Amino acid sequence: MSQTRNVGEVILSVENVSLAFGGVKAITEVSFDVREHEVRAIIGPNGAGKSSMLNVINGVYHPQQGSITFKGLTRSDVDSHEAAKQGIARTFQNIALFKGMTVLDNIMTGRNLKMRCNFLQQALWIGPARREEMEHRRQVEEVIDFLEIQHIRKTPVGRLPYGLQKRVELARALAAEPDMLLLDEPMAGMNVEEKQDMCRFVLDVNDHFGTTIVLIEHDMGVVMDISDRVVVLEYGRKIADGTPDDVRGNQKVIDAYLGVAH
Amino acid sequence: MSEDLSGLDTFPKLLVHHAQVRGARPAIREKDLGIWQTHTWGDVAREVRRIACGLAALGFKRGDHLAVIGDNRPRMYWAVCATQALGGIPVPMYQDAVATEMAYPIQNAEIAFAVVEDQEQVDKLLEILPQCPSLKRIFYDEPRGMRRYAQEQLMEYEKLTVLGDEYDKAHPDFYAAELAKGSGADTAGMFFTSGTTSHPKGVVLTHAALIDRALAAAKMEGLDETDEVLAYLPPAWIGQNIFSYAQPFVTGYCICCPESSETVMSDMREIGPTYYFAPPRVLEAMLTQVSIRMEDASALKRGLYGYFMAVAGRVGGAILDGKPVGGFDRLMYALGDLVMYGPLRNVLGMSRVHVAYTAGEAIGPDLFRFYRSIGINLKQLYGSTETSVFVCIQPDGQVKADTVGPAVAGVELKFTPQRELLIRSPGLFKEYSKNPQATAEAKDAEGWFHTGDAGFVDPDGHLKIIDRVKDVGKLRDGTLFAPKYLENKLKFFPYIKEAVAFGQDRDMACAFINLDAEAVGNWAEKRNLSYSGYTDLASQDAVYDLIRECVEKVNADLALEPEIAGSQIHRFLILHKEMDADDGELTRTRKVRRGYIGEKYATLVAALYDGRTSIHVEAQVKYEDGRTGSISADLKICDAKTFSPHAAKRAA
Repeated sequence: MSQTRNVGEVILSVENVSLAFGGVKAITEVSFDVREHEVRAIIGPNGAGKSSMLNVINGVYHPQQGSITFKGLTRSDVDSHEAAKQGIARTFQNIALFKGMTVLDNIMTGRNLKMRCNFLQQALWIGPARREEMEHRRQVEEVIDFLEIQHIRKTPVGRLPYGLQKRVELARALAAEPDMLLLDEPMAGMNVEEKQDMCRFVLDVNDHFGTTIVLIEHDMGVVMDISDRVVVLEYGRKIADGTPDDVRGNQKVIDAYLGVAH
Repeated sequence: MSEDLSGLDTFPKLLVHHAQVRGARPAIREKDLGIWQTHTWGDVAREVRRIACGLAALGFKRGDHLAVIGDNRPRMYWAVCATQALGGIPVPMYQDAVATEMAYPIQNAEIAFAVVEDQEQVDKLLEILPQCPSLKRIFYDEPRGMRRYAQEQLMEYEKLTVLGDEYDKAHPDFYAAELAKGSGADTAGMFFTSGTTSHPKGVVLTHAALIDRALAAAKMEGLDETDEVLAYLPPAWIGQNIFSYAQPFVTGYCICCPESSETVMSDMREIGPTYYFAPPRVLEAMLTQVSIRMEDASALKRGLYGYFMAVAGRVGGAILDGKPVGGFDRLMYALGDLVMYGPLRNVLGMSRVHVAYTAGEAIGPDLFRFYRSIGINLKQLYGSTETSVFVCIQPDGQVKADTVGPAVAGVELKFTPQRELLIRSPGLFKEYSKNPQATAEAKDAEGWFHTGDAGFVDPDGHLKIIDRVKDVGKLRDGTLFAPKYLENKLKFFPYIKEAVAFGQDRDMACAFINLDAEAVGNWAEKRNLSYSGYTDLASQDAVYDLIRECVEKVNADLALEPEIAGSQIHRFLILHKEMDADDGELTRTRKVRRGYIGEKYATLVAALYDGRTSIHVEAQVKYEDGRTGSISADLKICDAKTFSPHAAKRAA
């Protein structure tokens, strides 16, 4: 896929981050950066620390060492809701939606941080709360239209097939109008057609909204096709970083994935 | 329908009329971002004018062709009208066609302009651009994904309207002058019909033809500006053009474009159309949905459903037809309407339907009666692209499951000695585009259109289509023999999946039957009949009795129709294997290949006619993994009772 994106300045830089859970070192001295509007992939074998890395970026985990700079703001300790306020949204490896709620309501929750009215106003649905909700609903409908899920708008999420649930999760993340989107294995467990659809949506999001995308993915075909640059982790350490072609030819990466004879 | 439309001989002139008479009434709705957006007739007239002026600014001239490719979207319909306003010819094309299929129509009509819905269609046109040098401009409605396209042919729809505004300002008299130049004899559109054997043919229809037929049917059904239609079938199909373009333009009713093809059912519930068309497969799918959901319902609901559907089956059709029905049945039906039929119609989105049509293929009588019995005025019609659709329509109160009704006002029917139906009507097509030979073959010097369909008119004056003329044959004694008609009648029984009728140049008609394994299997289970597989099931005496009843019912039916009473099925057998496309017995679209089957099972056919009661067969079968094997069985051949036409009438 030969796309020429308007890749801009560095929006996120991870410097020398280490994370340990007791004696288990999940991430060891990893540094990399993400530029504005690019699609950045993080790959690596199981247990390499990919999901932990995402959790560090959006403030779920607090690294023992190192710092994260997002949009020029350096922090070593940030809570996830603050990260969300700064414009980071994410999806999860194992879908984290409200199963009993409709697709529409689930996506509306993505607007939570943008709501200005207080609890009482919303409960009574008076004046400003009403106007605000209509505005949020319009935004959500834009996302629904964008991801082509109009037909399931009123369907409870629990009744949907897996591929669609993933898409709803992406929709919820998009509803927050993020500057950066973290996708944790968006294509896992999908068939070829669903993967193609998802790839198209990820690229469309990147293209249309200019959203910077950081994704973890195991399907190498997908990674090589849609990402601009790839970071490779193994046992919590960075072993390679570069364009898909660079990474593909890197001997360390080949060894990590295929194993080496001892 | 008392409006005076005289002098309004083109669609753009009709549009101006509606904008003046009912400018504030809804003309077209579209569900956008989850909310129905309404455009009034006044809006439509303004938008059409903008587009027409925009096209003119880019050099569109009278007689030019413009391709319209996309789903049902207001802007697609406006582009059609704008083209007509400039004396151009819109050519709607199927939005799901692959790129190569689009090349021929574009070359044939030398299309220079195209208005398309989205990136998908743009990609297809760009792909065939090298083969279609005539194509100069492509306008797209949906800009999504189009930012990186730099081709000089492309232009966004919005920009076209802006150009139109500028042009209109500079030439304020232009649009009215162009409208005045149009006349009813001008071409209103070109519709490509699927060519099964060769290239598709472009059917050229004039404003006069479309307006005449649209009006005739609208008058017959009493359609007016308060009607609403859901536009959900492909716009390139003539029927969709009639229901969503021609008829609203003569009556002023409103059409509604669903959000996407997947939301049609829920959009239909929200809109509640009053006038509805569905091909039999759509009706069948909806009934299946209902049946499945009923099976999951509680016992009480299932019981009520069973009881009231039986009441509806008994008297619903008669009540709809205004025939006399006993007081108790009427009461029960009214109660059923309250607890069952009303809610059911609501679930189907048909609460407000006062006229519904089905056409396109034969509809099973049970399916047809289901909809009528719950109070939906479903009727059949007959027509084709070449006839601007309306040739025959069943009038209210005279609806039969197996005819397509009498000729609509203005239509003349006659038959050739080969039983081919000929039609003369003001709605006939002008010609096939650039194909004088095909035009001459289809339309003779006196203006009769040769349909290629075989049929007859029954004693009540209703047209009955039995088959394609080329498939209709004769028994040895000269009796009409229409194999597909017999097969369809048999297939309408749930137990019969496929049937093959034989009889050409023979003394009598006979048939092969394929069971519907699932339906007959269920039937057998309920009766504690054990069987090992299809072949075993097909050889059971009880199953033969079951099928014989079906065949005899068909015979009794046929006996009522003097024209084809002679082709009743005298003998039949149940094939030992299911017919399959892999074995060459069916086409990929699941039509029986009668000739091939006749050759392959020549010994079985011979046995049908030589009076034997059983025959041993061994057949080669191809399994799905490619291996071949053989099945052997003793097939029984069964006689079926036939009825003399006279006796049948007394029995009925």
